[in-house]
Amino acid sequence: MSDVGRPTVVEARGLTKRFGTTTAVDSIDFDVAQGEAFGFLGPNGAGKSSTMRMVGCVSPASDGKLRVLGMDPSTDGPSIRARLGVVPQDDTLDAELTVRENLFVYGRFFDLPRRVISERVDHLLDFVQLGEKAGQKVEQLSGGMKRRLTIARALINDPDLLLLDEPTTGLDPQARHVLWDRLYRLKQSHKTIILTTHYMDEAEQLCDRLVVMDKATIVAEGAPQELITRYSTREVLELRFPVGQQEAALDRLAGLGERVEALPDRVLVYTDDGDAAAAEVHGRRLSPVSMLVRRSSLEDIFLRLTGRSLVD
Amino acid sequence: MLSRSRILLATETAAMTYRRRWRGSVFSTVLTPVLMLAAMGLGLGSLVDKGTAARRASLGGASYLAFLAPGLLAAAAMQTAANEAIYPIIEGIKWRRTFHAMLATPLTASDVALGQLLWIAVRIAMTSAVFVVAIVAFGAARSGNILLALPGAVLTGTAFAAPVAALTATLDGHQGLVSLMRFGIVPLYLFSGTFFPISQLPAVLRPIAYVTPLWHGVDLCRSLALGNASLGRVALHLTYLLAWTTIGSALAVARFKKRLVV
Repeated sequence: MSDVGRPTVVEARGLTKRFGTTTAVDSIDFDVAQGEAFGFLGPNGAGKSSTMRMVGCVSPASDGKLRVLGMDPSTDGPSIRARLGVVPQDDTLDAELTVRENLFVYGRFFDLPRRVISERVDHLLDFVQLGEKAGQKVEQLSGGMKRRLTIARALINDPDLLLLDEPTTGLDPQARHVLWDRLYRLKQSHKTIILTTHYMDEAEQLCDRLVVMDKATIVAEGAPQELITRYSTREVLELRFPVGQQEAALDRLAGLGERVEALPDRVLVYTDDGDAAAAEVHGRRLSPVSMLVRRSSLEDIFLRLTGRSLVD
Repeated sequence: MLSRSRILLATETAAMTYRRRWRGSVFSTVLTPVLMLAAMGLGLGSLVDKGTAARRASLGGASYLAFLAPGLLAAAAMQTAANEAIYPIIEGIKWRRTFHAMLATPLTASDVALGQLLWIAVRIAMTSAVFVVAIVAFGAARSGNILLALPGAVLTGTAFAAPVAALTATLDGHQGLVSLMRFGIVPLYLFSGTFFPISQLPAVLRPIAYVTPLWHGVDLCRSLALGNASLGRVALHLTYLLAWTTIGSALAVARFKKRLVV
């Protein structure tokens, strides 16, 4: 049981993945409770996908303890996978088959009776808004449609746990929003979801709780708002200066707000009152090209924890 | 779910995928035996059959066409096997990545490997059956014994398919496999007793022919079809071809695991 009183779906202790001499995941601990939407946030190469592949029982752990749905992936892989729905990072749809056939073939891997698959296919295609594309070949679909089809495919066995590895990476903003809407509905239906992402807005919208990963380890854990309160200020003032003038401006910004962070292209001032800080900037006779007051985001937390920005 | 039924699920998918593109393979399946039997069996055969009694004796007293047909059947099975154990497997691993999708389901790497090999055996049986029909149509079958050559041809195919599948799963690109076809399969096709008895080969080359699975397959199919098989010889061929199939399958399972489960 997890600390929120619901059964634990995934339990990892000291979970480690090594490839030769590189350590992709370095002894991480986490729990995911039933009905939770749990996220791994971090930049590329942080170890998110390796963790997902271990949870998905397609990649054996090098060390540590892992329990998925109460079973051990090293001995019960097929039984666990029978109850998982997986949306992998790389598209593994069969481009030569039609939309419907892709779902059908995949359903057969779970040994579902043909009649059951046929019923579910119609329902799932409606859910991911691909009903009209049922007879089309997958190669004719857009990136966003393929990703939605992969989600439908992952739901064909009515899984107890849904794993989404970078579900919206590479999609245009509109396609991302359509996808988020569908994922949000799944979340509302209390499906247990684990997702990885390097988009902070995705993590904020979809995750009840998340861990921030960097360089193979977990550097922070909590609900999105909780993390923002703990590691950042309420607001952020973003300043842009003309090329070459940021350096000089930084000296005169010293002491403003709680903290000043210089990025290559802009300066971030962490403060609980962005407008007051903006007034102070003028008061110090600085004239940035642009000033913007915004809410703190997970991006700021990542910057604070690692000294780097999330999407390089 | 038993692993045996999981293997069959993997086979079923391969069959479903094949059903989408069987038209492309019909041409080669039907045309290969027709062209080979016509050109080699009838064309070349008309010259061979005019030869001396001694030469005809080396063909076991059969017409050249009757001698050639079961050998071609075995050699064609080898070719089908090699093709099916190269491209569909690279596709699954690398190009279309369908095997990766399968591994996210209850199927394991060994289910995928064995399911794929089983499907290749089915494919070989299909093309070999068409070949047998062509042999009968050409009047190249001396008796109903040609039907006995059919399982022999399938076994010849699996003896190649299994180790080639293992190799395919090992290599990164497909250039190595193109070379395998060109410098491995083609010479085997020509020098394993398919077109002439290996007694015609220089003495130093004969032992090489004896080691190749194709010679065993050719001799098995031919002796069964011509009705001059001896029990000991058939047992030797079967054992040898089964050994290649079994060891090759074990290797394929191991290589699929190493390649797909990382």
